[in-house]
Amino acid sequence: MKNKPEKNKSNIKAMNGGYAMAEALRQIQADVMAVYPITPQTTIIETYAKMKADGKVATEIVHVESEHSAMSATIGASAAGARAVTATSSQGLLYMAELLPVASGLRLPIVMCVSSRAISAPINIHGEHGDVMAVRDLGWIQIFSENVQEAYDDVIIAAKLAETVDLPVMPIMDGFHTSHTTERIEICDDKDIKNFVGKRKAEQSLLDFKNPVSFGPVALQNSYFEFKIDQEGAMQKAKSEYKKICAEYKKISGRRHGLFEEYKLDDADSAIVIMGATSETAKVVVDNLRAKGKKVGLLKINLYRPFPYKEVGRELAHIKKIAVLDRAISFGAYPPLYQDIVSSMQHAGSHKHEIASYIYGLGGRDTLQKDIEKVFDDLEEGEISNKVKYLK
Amino acid sequence: MNKNLTKKLAPGHATCAGCGIPAIVRTVLGATDEPVIVSNATGCLEVTTTIYPNTSWKVPYIHSAFGNAAATAAGIDAAQKALLKNKTLRQAQGKKPAKIVAFGGDGGTYDIGLQALSGALERGHDFLYVCYDNEGYMNTGCQRSGATPYGANTETQPAGTQSFGKDKQRKDLMEIVKAHGIKYLAQANVAYLDDLKRKAKKALETPGPSFLLVLQPCTSLWRFPTSDYVKVGKLATETNFWPLYEIEDGKYTINYTPSNKKPIEEFLKTQGRFKHLFTSRNKNIILQIQQQIDENWEKLQKKVSGI
Repeated sequence: MKNKPEKNKSNIKAMNGGYAMAEALRQIQADVMAVYPITPQTTIIETYAKMKADGKVATEIVHVESEHSAMSATIGASAAGARAVTATSSQGLLYMAELLPVASGLRLPIVMCVSSRAISAPINIHGEHGDVMAVRDLGWIQIFSENVQEAYDDVIIAAKLAETVDLPVMPIMDGFHTSHTTERIEICDDKDIKNFVGKRKAEQSLLDFKNPVSFGPVALQNSYFEFKIDQEGAMQKAKSEYKKICAEYKKISGRRHGLFEEYKLDDADSAIVIMGATSETAKVVVDNLRAKGKKVGLLKINLYRPFPYKEVGRELAHIKKIAVLDRAISFGAYPPLYQDIVSSMQHAGSHKHEIASYIYGLGGRDTLQKDIEKVFDDLEEGEISNKVKYLK
Repeated sequence: MNKNLTKKLAPGHATCAGCGIPAIVRTVLGATDEPVIVSNATGCLEVTTTIYPNTSWKVPYIHSAFGNAAATAAGIDAAQKALLKNKTLRQAQGKKPAKIVAFGGDGGTYDIGLQALSGALERGHDFLYVCYDNEGYMNTGCQRSGATPYGANTETQPAGTQSFGKDKQRKDLMEIVKAHGIKYLAQANVAYLDDLKRKAKKALETPGPSFLLVLQPCTSLWRFPTSDYVKVGKLATETNFWPLYEIEDGKYTINYTPSNKKPIEEFLKTQGRFKHLFTSRNKNIILQIQQQIDENWEKLQKKVSGI
């Protein structure tokens, strides 16, 4: 690197997910960032703090004393018209839980990077989707990233989406598997990203003294319901806006993003539905089985909230046997993604789909190719029941 | 009503008759001519001034949750600093950042909001935090808080055959806040508005964080006639139950010394929440309260003289 002249610096870099998300936050030029450490998210805020220390960002960093205050400060900053961001994991996300519906209810376009992790007890710092699943009904848009490249891309898409629909967005990467794994990625030009996300133009702001606004009023029986219906309307709109933004982003990045990624599905008889980092392992298994002549495929969900039920149903309509892999447990119920896929398939296609449920990777447990192979074996052998199976 | 008084908080609101909270808000916000932004904790002030589709606030206002008025203010402070780097905004706002004032009750300050307050003070945000202290969770119907005084009857620690009400002293919030090394903090009382106004002015002129702890006698749940809140408030100070003092750069000043200090019974007997103390069984509790007040006053005087 040293011998290369500065101007020819390549946009191809090696970085881990934490660094990549921080790099994306630098490029979207956040005005305010609240920082509080928690593994495996800390790499994001540490990287960003160093950027600030080296004069690479002008962002006001607020060194809060808890995640509760991280989200509170982000809410205050966003209501004041700033582009406000933060990052968290696991217990930190749950500690914010009180404020997550405040952020979405106030329609604040906050971006919060999440390095997803298991939740206590027992304590476990490793990757899992249990934290983000626990807050999935609180009005945040949730986007799952498969790898470091997507983690970077999704933060940029999230920033634009948030300010387009006035809703907070959570780009999510798997703790450690993505956040701490160094991969080759391509970074867009600063200028392109600056033009892509633009400047935030808040319709209402605490800094507007001519038209003072009261944020966060009391809404009683006669109005609360309507507020929530409006909010759901914005959430539904987010789906089409997300698609548009992905298409625009492709123009500057050359990379395709969308509601989901269909992998060798066209002529498949059986398929796995999955989200996040383990999709990569599963794709390798699909390739291996395809080489053996098996008609298998995969659907990787990117936009989890709002969930694209109709589109998923259409995409999977021709698949006879489906296995849904959840990296989270929903005690006393079917796992979250499984429930969403069952709902999606209810009105799709003419034949009845057989849908199996698997839970994998809790507390950072490795999920290997042989585990995914076992799932396809089950599908092939017709071992499909309504009983949840564990890949462990 | 005096139009100047209602410039920032309109007369239309739903506080109880005889509530001093609006007077506290108007006095504090009236102490500056510069633009202000209000961050408000969940509580009496918030529920009575923002019932949709109405709002009593004529200045930018945000309510987020119960325990985070200070952290919300911190975010607004950071946003102002970030956005004032932007030229057009700076010009629109007269180049100076607005004053940020957070209001919270004692529940939102002594208890659930203490950590957020501590963090914001430590980080040195430019804001004023005002705690209107009605000595309990009054918005939810009089439950015990860390500010509830010894011997008070509350719904969660009621007086009974085996109980005289709260059996712990309240937290010394002034000392907790002072320990953060902030430049200005003061204890005030809604019954002494001139003193409050002077303190609010000083606090708002202080760069960095400042703090006001204001006694707010609650007619509904301290249980006294609605016409008496000034009288009850004055008795709190005349008995040394609630001294008026300020701390500037660590230096204590007592702002009012009663010329003829009254016994604590004079204050206690005005309120239903202490009624149970006036029985032969609880006589000693009143003695203990008096003793504690005398000790606290002595300590405060020592702090003034720097001993």
